[in-house]
Amino acid sequence: MSMRTSAAARAGQYAALLGYLVFLAFPFLWLVSTAFKPARELGSLHPTWIPDQPTLDNFRKAFDEQPLLQAAANSLVAAVCAALIAVVVATPLAYVMARRRSRLSTAATGWVVISQAFPLVLLIIPLFLILKNLRLINTLWGLIMVYVVWALPFALWMLAGYVRAVPVELEEAASVDGAGRVRTLVSVTAPLLAPGIVATALFAFITAWNELFFALVLLKTPEKQTLPVVLTHFIGAEGAADLGPLAAAAFLATLPSLVIFAVIQRRITGGMLAGAVKS
Amino acid sequence: MTLASATVRTERHGPPGSPQDKRPRPSGRSAGAWFLVLPALIPILILSVGPLLYGIALAFTDAQSGRTRSTQWVGGLNFQDLLHDTLFWDSFRIGLVWAFGVTVPQFVLALGLALLLNQNLRMRWLARALAIIPWAMPEVVVGLMWRLVYHPDAGFLNETIRDLGLGDGRDWLTGLATALPAVIVVGVWAGMPQTTVALLAGVQNTPQELHEAAALDGAGAWRRFRTVTWPVLRPVALAITALNFIWNFNSFALVYVLTNGGPGGRTRLPMLFAYEEAFHYGQFGYAAAMGCVMVAVISVILAVYLAGRLGGGEDR
Repeated sequence: MSMRTSAAARAGQYAALLGYLVFLAFPFLWLVSTAFKPARELGSLHPTWIPDQPTLDNFRKAFDEQPLLQAAANSLVAAVCAALIAVVVATPLAYVMARRRSRLSTAATGWVVISQAFPLVLLIIPLFLILKNLRLINTLWGLIMVYVVWALPFALWMLAGYVRAVPVELEEAASVDGAGRVRTLVSVTAPLLAPGIVATALFAFITAWNELFFALVLLKTPEKQTLPVVLTHFIGAEGAADLGPLAAAAFLATLPSLVIFAVIQRRITGGMLAGAVKS
Repeated sequence: MTLASATVRTERHGPPGSPQDKRPRPSGRSAGAWFLVLPALIPILILSVGPLLYGIALAFTDAQSGRTRSTQWVGGLNFQDLLHDTLFWDSFRIGLVWAFGVTVPQFVLALGLALLLNQNLRMRWLARALAIIPWAMPEVVVGLMWRLVYHPDAGFLNETIRDLGLGDGRDWLTGLATALPAVIVVGVWAGMPQTTVALLAGVQNTPQELHEAAALDGAGAWRRFRTVTWPVLRPVALAITALNFIWNFNSFALVYVLTNGGPGGRTRLPMLFAYEEAFHYGQFGYAAAMGCVMVAVISVILAVYLAGRLGGGEDR
C-alpha cells in the first residue's frame, strides 16, 4: 500500500503531521519557556522562545507565594489513598461483572454509564450536605471518599476488561487440579491481573491528582487545599497574575502526571487494542 | 473525565459473547459473589446512587446553605423560576455552543490524526509522545498554560501576530467577541488526544486485506475510507463523540481557570453558573434544579443522536 502512495500525497501527509505536532507542542513549550524567564524578559513586549538569561527565580518565588509543598503533600495523600481504596474495592466487583451474567452485573454496568451523564453539581450538593453532617467538610478524608466513588466507574470498566483478558480455562484447569475457589483466585487470577490493577491504580491516582471541582467545594482552609486549588490562587484579582511563578508552579504540578502517564499509556492503549483484536 | 472509561467502553462494541462467556462455570458461588460485590456496592449506594437521588429531590425544595429554618418542599417552583431566568438560559445556550464547538472539531481533528498515525510516517512516535501532554496534564494547568499563550503582552499568540505584521493583537480572553472562541480552542486541544487514541484503535482494527483488495480494484483513498474503514470505525466514533459531548457539556475546571465565566458572562458554562448559585449564593435547591435540567436536555440530545445514527446504520 505504501508503494501506491504518491510523493505528493506523502508530502501532504507530512505537512499535516507537522501541523498537528506544532499545535500539540507549542503551548507546553511556551509554558516551559515562561517558567525559566527572568521577570524583566516577561515584562518585555517582544517575548522570545528561548530565555536570554534562564533563571530559577520563578520557582523560588512560586514556593514563597503559595504553600506548594503542603498542597502537593495533600494531593499526594488524597490521590494515593483514593487510588488504593478504589482498586481494592473495585477489583472483586469487576471480577464478578466480567465473569458472571447476573442482574447485579447489569445494574452495575448501567450505573457506570448513567453516572457519566450526571453533571457533577447534582452530585456535589448532596455530598456536601452529607459530609457536612458527618463533619468531614474541609478534611482530606471527606475528599478521599468522594474521589473513591468518583474513580469507581472507570476503575470497574478497566478492571472488568482486564479480567476478561484472563482465560477462564486457566481458572477451570486450576479447579480441576483441586485448587479451591480462593486458592484459584489468589494464585492463578491475581498474578495475571496484577499489571492491569497497577495501571488502573495509577490512572485513578492521576485523575485524583488533577481534580479541581470537588476539592474547590470541599476544602476551605489553605493548609488543607490540594495542588489544583492552590494553583488557581496564582491568578490574582481581576485576572492579573505574576506570570513567571505561575508558569513555574504549573510546570512542576504537571510532572508527576506526565511521568506516570508515560509509563501506563502503552498499557491503557494496549488493553484497548487487545480487546479490539480479540473480537 | 477520563479516557480509560472511554477506551475500555469501546471494547464493548466488539461482537459480544466470546467463547468463554458461554461455558458452564464452577458452581456454588452465590454467597461468595455477594462477598465480592459488597465492598464496592456499599460506597456506590451511599456516595453515588443515594446522593444522586437526594440531589434530584433537592431540586423540589427551597434548600439553602447556612439557614436555620427547616427546608420545605416547594414542588416545581424552582423549575418555574428557571423557566423565566434569562441568565440561566443564556448560560445554557453558551454551554451548547461550547459543547458542539468543542466536540465536532475534536472529532474531525482526532480522526485526521488517527488516520495519519496509521500511515507509515517517520515522526509518528513524536506525535504519540506529544499527545500524552494534553491528556495527562491537570485541567487547571491547561488553563493556566493557555492564559500564558493568550496573554496580551507576554503571550505567544500576540507576539506571532505582531511578528507577522498583522497588527497589535488583542486581549483574547477578555474580549466580548473572542473569549468564547478562545476557550473553545483550548477545549479542543485538551480533549483531542484521548479521542485520537480511541479512533486509532478503531482504525487499526480494519482488516488490512480488505484495504489491499479495495486498492487493487482501483478504489481511491476516500472510497477506501468510506467502504472499508468507516464501517469498522463507526461504533467507536459514535461512542466517543457521545461521551465527549457529555463531558464537554459538563466541564468546569478549564473555563473556571481561563475566564471564570467572563467577560460579562460570555463564557459562563452551565456548570459554572450552577456552582456559583450553589456555593457563592447558597441556593442549593435552585442549583440542583439546574442540574436536573442539564441532565434532561443532554439525555434528549443524546437519545436523538444515538437513535438517528444507529437507525442509519441499519438502513445501509
